Amino acid sequence: MVRSRFAAQMELLNTELIVMGTLCENALEHVMQALQEDNDALNREIIILGKRTEEKEREVENICINLLLKQQPVASDLRQISAALKMITDLSRIGEQAGNIAEILGKAEFGRDYDTTLLQQMATAAKKMVSTSLDAFVKGDLRLAQQVERDDDVVDELFSRAKKELIQVIRSTQDSGEQAIDYLMIAKYFEKIGDHAVNISQWVLFMITGAHEEDTVHDLLRGGRS
Amino acid sequence: MDTKIAIETLDLYYSEFHALKNINMRIPEKEITAFIGPSGCGKSTLLKSLNRMNDLIEGCRITGRVLLDNDDIYANDDVNLLRKRVGMVFQKPNPFPMSVYDNIAFGPRTHGVKGKAKLDDMVEEALRKAAIWDEVKDRLDKSALSFSGGQQQRLCIARALAVQPEVLLMDEPTSALDPISTLKIEDLALELKQNYTIVIVTHNMQQAVRISDKTAFFLLGEVVEFNDTDSLFSNPQEKKTEDYITGRFG
Repeated sequence: MVRSRFAAQMELLNTELIVMGTLCENALEHVMQALQEDNDALNREIIILGKRTEEKEREVENICINLLLKQQPVASDLRQISAALKMITDLSRIGEQAGNIAEILGKAEFGRDYDTTLLQQMATAAKKMVSTSLDAFVKGDLRLAQQVERDDDVVDELFSRAKKELIQVIRSTQDSGEQAIDYLMIAKYFEKIGDHAVNISQWVLFMITGAHEEDTVHDLLRGGRS
Repeated sequence: MDTKIAIETLDLYYSEFHALKNINMRIPEKEITAFIGPSGCGKSTLLKSLNRMNDLIEGCRITGRVLLDNDDIYANDDVNLLRKRVGMVFQKPNPFPMSVYDNIAFGPRTHGVKGKAKLDDMVEEALRKAAIWDEVKDRLDKSALSFSGGQQQRLCIARALAVQPEVLLMDEPTSALDPISTLKIEDLALELKQNYTIVIVTHNMQQAVRISDKTAFFLLGEVVEFNDTDSLFSNPQEKKTEDYITGRFG
């Protein structure tokens, strides 16, 4: 290896991205639990994890900027660093949105009267998307990255169902609807988390293939790279 | 973009040594084409083949064709005319030990231009095109050797431009220059490509990224990859290119 110091820094970038991804996964894991139990400590923990994700974003960003400045990377190195710079924005948003959900769950007036089955399903599906996109990154796996986009349809469908259900609930009950809106916001956060996972997977595709266009990626999957 | 120089099945030997192997390349007109690769890969050899500088090397043998505007430069005996059309700038600035004016007027005089007014115009035009007129206009009678390295290199570019070439070959033109002079030459190259076809050999890959439209990567006498510069440096198609430009070998 000619540039061993550079290789070590790239390895560090990789590791820190994985750490950041793990923070998001942990936050979502806690969110799934917090949906089932009224637990202030857990909610606080999620918010802290969200903040740590944001801090990690700064750290990884610094690593990337340093690499760009000092190593003037090209080819796959350049793609990996630029993909990392984009991915951390999405990961940071995922952490923040997990925190937003925890804030809603922790509100004194938040009611737990509704059936949370759909939200649970959304949480599970969104977390799976985040995990798969991180897996795709770690393994450099095109097919996993593409899987994330397909999984997004599941989350979107669940969101659509949750919305319809909540409309029914609002119509059939006498309360102000505030609780329903809280639920809807939570559902929307999960839907956004799914979108961020899709973004991450698209940057993984770019990192691997150098292409953004879906067609090119399909061609590569069919024919392999030269 | 039209092809200015077409290289077809070119092989070059220095006696027994096979220095260039089956080179096929189309160099576009009025663009900058960069040749990159490790030392000894053949990039300078190919550059010199484009205006027959290798003719001067004993034991050098070339097969295949180099077409300048569809005419085979090796089928034509008028090497002087070829070198008027295809000028060259070298790694180390090499002004003649004479005044700035005489350096620039040297080429036109050799090609039969007479008359002070005409020569004055040609000298000024060449110096302006090389972006050095303002720095030397009051010192045209001073020795070219009294100028800085960066200025000398621009004088050499002006000297090459004075004979109104169509193609400018640059063999590591900034490797002996400081960063500011380097950037001036790079800016100049970008300016000149509006009117000239430029081929540049460089060891500085960032330079290739900054100024060239197309890049060819050479290894052991072969062109491994020839592509748009942006594509070659962001998404090379060959592993050898990737390994070289990312510094994983070489």
